[in-house]
Amino acid sequence: MKKRILAMLTATMMVLGLAACGATDTKDGAGDTSAAGSSSSGDLIKVGIINNDPNESGYRTANDKDMKNMFTKENGYDASFAYSLKNDEQITAAQKFIQDGVDYLLLSAADTSGWDSVLKDAQDAGTQVILFDRVIDADESLYAASIVSDMDKEGQTACDWLKAQNLDEYNIIHIQGVMGSAAQKGRSGALTDTAAAEGWNIVNEQTAEWNAEKAQQIVQSVIDSGEKFNVIYAENDDMAKGAVAALDKANISHGVGKDVVVMGFDCNKWALQELLDQNWNYDGQCNPFQASYIADVIQKLQNNEEITEKTIIMDEKGFDATTITEDDVNKYGI
Amino acid sequence: MAKTRTLQKKNFMDIFSGKQILIPIVALVLLAVFNLIADPSFYKITLDVNSAGNHVLSGYLITILDYGSELAILAIGMTLVTAASGGQDISVGAGIAIAGSVILRVLCGTNSRPDHLQAPIIVAFLVSCVVAMLFGAFNGILVAGFKIQPMVATLILYTAGRSIAAWINNNELPVISDPSFGYFGGFIPGIPIPTPFFIAVACMIVMGLVMKFTSLGLYTQAVGINESSSRLNGLNPAFIKFLSFVILGLCVAVAALIKVSRISTINYSVIAKDIEMDAILAVALGGNSLSGGKFNLPASILGAYVIQFLTTTLYKFNVKSEAISAYKAIVVIILVVISAPVVREKFASFSQKMKVRNAKEVG
Repeated sequence: MKKRILAMLTATMMVLGLAACGATDTKDGAGDTSAAGSSSSGDLIKVGIINNDPNESGYRTANDKDMKNMFTKENGYDASFAYSLKNDEQITAAQKFIQDGVDYLLLSAADTSGWDSVLKDAQDAGTQVILFDRVIDADESLYAASIVSDMDKEGQTACDWLKAQNLDEYNIIHIQGVMGSAAQKGRSGALTDTAAAEGWNIVNEQTAEWNAEKAQQIVQSVIDSGEKFNVIYAENDDMAKGAVAALDKANISHGVGKDVVVMGFDCNKWALQELLDQNWNYDGQCNPFQASYIADVIQKLQNNEEITEKTIIMDEKGFDATTITEDDVNKYGI
Repeated sequence: MAKTRTLQKKNFMDIFSGKQILIPIVALVLLAVFNLIADPSFYKITLDVNSAGNHVLSGYLITILDYGSELAILAIGMTLVTAASGGQDISVGAGIAIAGSVILRVLCGTNSRPDHLQAPIIVAFLVSCVVAMLFGAFNGILVAGFKIQPMVATLILYTAGRSIAAWINNNELPVISDPSFGYFGGFIPGIPIPTPFFIAVACMIVMGLVMKFTSLGLYTQAVGINESSSRLNGLNPAFIKFLSFVILGLCVAVAALIKVSRISTINYSVIAKDIEMDAILAVALGGNSLSGGKFNLPASILGAYVIQFLTTTLYKFNVKSEAISAYKAIVVIILVVISAPVVREKFASFSQKMKVRNAKEVG
């Protein structure tokens, strides 16, 4: 009996705890939006920004910082932010923003589906929606513009670069990201197609799920097997770093003019530094700096100009270790 | 003739009901034989020169010793927790993220990319030990003091741990360039065997001595088997449980040192991902009852290396790495089924029947 009471107590405490968590979460959101509502003056453009959790990755941190720098009072914006990795929480936040009467709703959706009704509400309320970073499954008429990375192009740029290296032979270890993610699909697709067209040999193709340790084990396994390879195509910087750790252990030289060509993606600052030190050969950018593109769109909409291209694809560079400069590292490193 | 055959059968049955350590040994032998048949070059070990100019051993077997070591260290702590509390700690992966983050934080100070270390590595390691043991103590208090199910109690850190780890370093990703930091996850100059293996052996020796010269092992078993009767015999079950979680915290700090040293940096969201499942699997593979009580540390450690053996084998045969967990799941299913009371009863009654028949034949 005593035990049962104890169990029930714990259970209720846990439920209460959860409820409390939920309550504080929404309160936070509400606090943000109401603060924005009270402080808005006539001239400021009201924007509500829904993003993924900035702790998710270096990319997201840079993205959030960029947004916060752009949408300030000094630049004429009254911005409120909401963060979540969950679609339903994002939708709730979006509904709040719409009720508060924001002029623009900027959205990086956690999930591609489930947004239709919210976007219709936004349309009815006269709120313009601009998508950034992620696309969603909704009719184009429901949003003003979407600013995205073209992952296929990122992969293609990298493969074109690799082709231009004119290696005697291509024996590639292909380390993939989490299967099915947009970045993985784009970056893998380009390599698979180019390898088929050019007759490159893919020694090993494995997913390390963005994980450096897994990448290290995969490359270690290829080294142990004694198979020859001279290119490592890792779909992000972390995995490239793991791969390089395995190479170092086995005394396989890598970098500019060495035995193995190392390729990474995302342009973390430390990764670009590796390029500058000639330890890696190539790093492809995945541009997190969407704020200036969004600001352009907002200005156009404010001036009642027509948005000709709904989908705006950002410029993304690929850095070569032989041409990268200190300035590039500071400017493009995230 | 018939007699010897039945005897053999009986011995085979005994493997699963009698000597515990035979379970991981059988698994190891199965894997070893499979590799021998499929590709004997699996066992080739060569002496190479690495990029620092040192002679090092390399080959699949060395890889297993190298990468299996963190898991072996964790298996030690997890076995104690399992034995004492009858539940598992699922926050060890998050704990490694926290401890690793602390190590880097101390080494880097406020600058995330220091040219030289801001503190001796031993200091950073000791600080991370303290922090990891505190988090272990937190779990221990919830389990021992508040009598919460271990899995539920550790679920808290499991969810929050990686965010805490990110917060410790202000969400930056420090990178350490000092080569001496890489020794713990790589090779010490002049020694051809990977350092993680030495660290694991050191942990085993320390734990072995503790088991030999203190009554911790006996007390842990007593608490796991019957809490109230151990209390009646003058033990303090809550303290023993608490202690097992603190020891696991220490194991987590050691494993974290190896993990961050391997790549000289950290990624909070993926470091040591799902390692808790492997650690629990190691305990299960060691033949320990997951509901507490009797335990066998060497069997768990061997279990950890068997899991790495399996992982390395699968990588060798180019099995997609997302499918590897499916293979591990098969191992879990087999283990769980074998250790289920129903099956054990069947085994027991079967061997009993064989004995009876045997006796009749002789008679």
